[in-house]
Amino acid sequence: MKLKALVPTGHGINCELETRRALELGGFREIDLVHLNLLSRGEVDPADYQCIVFPGGFLDGDDLGAAQACANRIRHSRVNSERLIDRLAQFIHRGGLILGICNGFQLLVKLGMLPASDGDYTARRITLTANERGRFEDRWAHLAVDPKSPCVFTKGIERLYLPVRHGEGKIIGPDEETTRSLVESHQAAVRYASPETGEPTMEYPYNPNGSHEAIAGLCDPTGRVFGLMPHPEAFNHRTNHPHWTREDLPEEGQGIAVFKNAARHILSA
Amino acid sequence: MAHRIDVALKLNVPDPSGRRIKSRIESDLGLQVNDVRVADSFLIDRSLTRDQLEFATEELLRDPVIQDASIDNPISLPFDWLIEVGFRPGVTDNVARTTREGLERTLGVRFDAGEAVYTRKLYFLRGKLSRDDVERIARDLLCNDLIQTRRVFLPGEDRTRIVVPKVVSSAEVTIAEIDLDVDDAALLEISRKGLLALSLEEMKTIRDYYRDPAFLEQRAAAGLGRRITDCELECLAQTWSEHCKHKIFNASITYLEDGKSRRIDSLFKTCVQAATEKIRKDLGENDFCLSVFKDNAGVIRFDDEWNLVMKVETHNSPSALDPYGGALTGIVGVNRDPFGTGLGSRLIFNTDVFCFAPPDYEGDIPPRLLHPRRVFEGVREGVEHGGNKSGIPTVNGAIVFDPRYLGKPLVYCGTGGIMPARINDRPAHQKKARPRDRIVMVGGRIGKDGIHGATFSSEELHEGSPVSAVQIGDPITQKRMTDFLLMARDRGLYSSITDNGAGGLSSSVGEMAREAGGARLCLERAPLKYPGLQPWEILLSEAQERMTVAVPPDKLDEFLELARTLDVEATDLGEYTEDGCFTVLWHDRAAAKLPLDFLHDGLPKMELQARWTAPVHREPKVEPPQDLTPTLITILGRWNVCSKERIIRQYDHEVQGGSVVKPLIGAFNDGPGDAAVLRPVLDRMRGVAVGCGIAPRYSDIDTYWMMASCIDEAVRNIVSVGADPDYMAGLDNFCWCDPVRSEKTPDGEYKLAQLVRANQALFDITTVYRIPCISGKDSMKNDYHIGDTKISIPPTVLFSAVGIVPDVRLAVTPDFKRAGDAIYVLGVTRDETGGSEYFASLGNVGNKVPKVTDPHRAIVTYRALHAAMREALVASCHDLSDGGLGVSLAESAFAGGLGAEVSLAELMLEGVSRDDVALFSESPCRFLLSVRKESQARFEAVLAGHSLAKVGEVTAEPRVRVKGIQGATVIDAQIGDLKRAWQAPLGT
Repeated sequence: MKLKALVPTGHGINCELETRRALELGGFREIDLVHLNLLSRGEVDPADYQCIVFPGGFLDGDDLGAAQACANRIRHSRVNSERLIDRLAQFIHRGGLILGICNGFQLLVKLGMLPASDGDYTARRITLTANERGRFEDRWAHLAVDPKSPCVFTKGIERLYLPVRHGEGKIIGPDEETTRSLVESHQAAVRYASPETGEPTMEYPYNPNGSHEAIAGLCDPTGRVFGLMPHPEAFNHRTNHPHWTREDLPEEGQGIAVFKNAARHILSA
Repeated sequence: MAHRIDVALKLNVPDPSGRRIKSRIESDLGLQVNDVRVADSFLIDRSLTRDQLEFATEELLRDPVIQDASIDNPISLPFDWLIEVGFRPGVTDNVARTTREGLERTLGVRFDAGEAVYTRKLYFLRGKLSRDDVERIARDLLCNDLIQTRRVFLPGEDRTRIVVPKVVSSAEVTIAEIDLDVDDAALLEISRKGLLALSLEEMKTIRDYYRDPAFLEQRAAAGLGRRITDCELECLAQTWSEHCKHKIFNASITYLEDGKSRRIDSLFKTCVQAATEKIRKDLGENDFCLSVFKDNAGVIRFDDEWNLVMKVETHNSPSALDPYGGALTGIVGVNRDPFGTGLGSRLIFNTDVFCFAPPDYEGDIPPRLLHPRRVFEGVREGVEHGGNKSGIPTVNGAIVFDPRYLGKPLVYCGTGGIMPARINDRPAHQKKARPRDRIVMVGGRIGKDGIHGATFSSEELHEGSPVSAVQIGDPITQKRMTDFLLMARDRGLYSSITDNGAGGLSSSVGEMAREAGGARLCLERAPLKYPGLQPWEILLSEAQERMTVAVPPDKLDEFLELARTLDVEATDLGEYTEDGCFTVLWHDRAAAKLPLDFLHDGLPKMELQARWTAPVHREPKVEPPQDLTPTLITILGRWNVCSKERIIRQYDHEVQGGSVVKPLIGAFNDGPGDAAVLRPVLDRMRGVAVGCGIAPRYSDIDTYWMMASCIDEAVRNIVSVGADPDYMAGLDNFCWCDPVRSEKTPDGEYKLAQLVRANQALFDITTVYRIPCISGKDSMKNDYHIGDTKISIPPTVLFSAVGIVPDVRLAVTPDFKRAGDAIYVLGVTRDETGGSEYFASLGNVGNKVPKVTDPHRAIVTYRALHAAMREALVASCHDLSDGGLGVSLAESAFAGGLGAEVSLAELMLEGVSRDDVALFSESPCRFLLSVRKESQARFEAVLAGHSLAKVGEVTAEPRVRVKGIQGATVIDAQIGDLKRAWQAPLGT
């Protein structure tokens, strides 16, 4: 089977090339970078792919809040009489995989595709807002992976060390119960962790943005839609690691495991 | 009627941006507030129904999880004072642009001409504040009156009145003619009043040209009178500006020193260009330069399939007036240079170097200037937004502090790009517009923003400095444009490309006209942000995010169709010709017809005189204490030395996934990197190293050695991380104070001599190091002059270096790696404390300026060091610069989380007998290295014959201990204390 992935581009997306590289290293054979407008116009159909990765960036400058304007674009783009967002929902129902990284994760949350706890992929239940410190930060973060999570992208991974690079990464719900239930349902697949204990933490800078329940990434109940603020594609080779000149590390970057899991899932499905 | 939608965080949701403003009110203004909350207000100047407004609010503007909204009724949060800040008419408002696009999409409506969206920020303040306090908060923190307006409200005051900041222009749109047949005084007055920055001689040259009967006949045939049109005069003023023509660098200079005189015909030609030519000849078949000095950026070969492009610009004058907009425009502006080089390159890194007055400056702030803290924060934020939103990693930079930068902050922005060596079987670094190619403008629309930017930056900052020169960049419009153009490039849809920067269309089309042999531009077709612009304004506007391309006629339809598909505006504005003229039409009527040879080569050469007398400073009598630990702690906490982590963290320095050596390094990701290394092509292990040198303090003694040190430091930076010293290129960016003697500048001859000496050093050092300059820029009027106050910056050069790292897996970082490793210092330490951080900490300048004493020897040493790195023999490498060995040793130690024991007696010393000099002298050409036990013999063999000294050992105990030349302990400090001192001033 030929592994085909779709990587949307345009309107401020800017991590498409390293995302393509990570997919390549993960085992995908055909990776198409497609401008969002070509998706909106129906010139490219998501149904032709098994996996869609929304890369990081600053969609529409994040001018109305992270990915907010682009979520609006996807909700209001029509391919003939069909909405683009419905096409994406069908893609999920048919078993496709969707990964959103950083701005791509923000987009999935703003669209309502995550956490989609009740199976409705079009209603926003939580949001991502300004970091506790009120500023953009680039720093590496330790992540604890929930071994019981249905997330197909994190299967078999115990811990991750990845860069975060965002100003609006704090997950917050309408009430504390909402975010707590995401942990209980194991949809909180990755959480910011203390490097010493490996446990989820609210302590800055290990939790770089003050995210509730230290949630760094979420999946839907099927585990096939996953989004996270940290950048697995930016740890594609050991020389990306901040300590690579100090430690012996495997040649392959740790982030590639996420993409390999996606490929493995598709092949076994 | 205009509608208003306000959006604010729900009261139970914390507001980090409000909290950040609260802490700045407290720290910067010394006022106490209890709480600050921020809301957004959208003014929609178009009629919409209540249903439409409600639908748009829910679908577009409000986040239902955390925000409340209020339609056509000002939102109410509890407050004691409310400050509303909006933009002045015509100022770029990116959020408004996104909102308008969203409204059109969501509601299926169009905004017609004159209809628009405007945004404002609402700041709700709680606390006991007087009206004066609130006015201060508004004026000195929240609002820049140049580009914004503000209103202050008390609770209960009527806030419903809506003022729409629409651009209204009642002036008749016309092409004016100017009579140049007037006396000298009147000529100068035309230049002054029109902000043309043309000298009397230049005005006379233009006047005389317009007396030539043959030329007048040609004009008559085109329907033009004998008088010059405003379009023509403005176009000439832009093209001939110091900013565009580098008149001082191209002047004939008589240089006087010690009673001897020497003539220099163009510093640019005889020093900068000549050096590069010599190096290229010396490199022979190993010459890696592809395009130098002729395009928007320099191009070198990266490998057989890829070329590397780089450019560094300054954006000082706009940043002085509006730090945020100036710096943002600086970064997105320099992005367009490598983007518009050859057939276009993809942008892979940014660099930024700032020069400010110290943040703790307590003196008076002269009129029109802003407090250095405000400049710092505004510039930082501008570069953050410019770089991060464009998806380009900011990988390297520096911040230099000196009180004289109060007069003009310096904002250097650099950008690198990468292009395939060949595109559609054409060498990608070349371009040529051909006759009959269409002139197509792509990207943003034209407004009154940035008019006279080129001439404005060719003058000192004065009372009449135009507000319109300030602009705000729009990274997303630019990103859409560059995404589109790279696609068009790969499909072969255009034959040439350049950016619209200084001088706008007059400069971009005027330049490209030289490639084809002429151009005919139809100005009325240009898309405008709002009506009412004069034709000359359209021609000159520096409105951002625009490129001009030459599209072959048979590719035009495909080009425009692709642009439409990707939501990018592209407009056919005319065609390139071969008639030797730059012709501008306004509704079929000639508005300008300028022969290209006059436009580009008609400028008379300046004749200048330079006179060098070496300054003599008081030689300080310093009695060093035996314990130098407090001295080291003081120097680590100096503005120029301290950690810049707080700023670096706010820049994305690893987007694009190829980061290898980051700006923050070491065991805790917080040590200082010497230079950046990145992999621009992700499936290859070949890397690019980027570093820089800047040393304005040495200019107070001798600019020759200032320049030499800059080049040497930039080179050592990149060699430290593993760049091949036989494969590196440089970029020279001069920022000077006015070096032309006049009433305003009585010491112009000395300042010009400083410039000559710096250029001499550039030739001398680059040719020996074989680092060709591939691009450069100069900014010559960095003075402030209002009333009796004159502030001139210290002559400042930023020398940027890019190098090739043959295999990034062999790159090296400065942090000590393990206890037991041997510590070496490579290079000779001399008594060179003049202009040092050490002397500055004692309030002295001194005279013994650091010298690159033997550059021939130095470069051979760098090659040997690189050979050792290729054999993976070096565990850590740090260059020695500000603060000398003491600072580098502390940095390598705390970055590695390890201690060190070092003896100064083991150093290679020349003429040094004092411990303070040995520790803090800033002699260039030196490195601090550590080497594993098992590699030491081989390492010493590879470096045999070079000035290598084993000075100590890395220790597990986290203390830095240094023994003096006589054996006494001179430094004994916990690395934690050293690091705290280093991190304290700017924080993390």
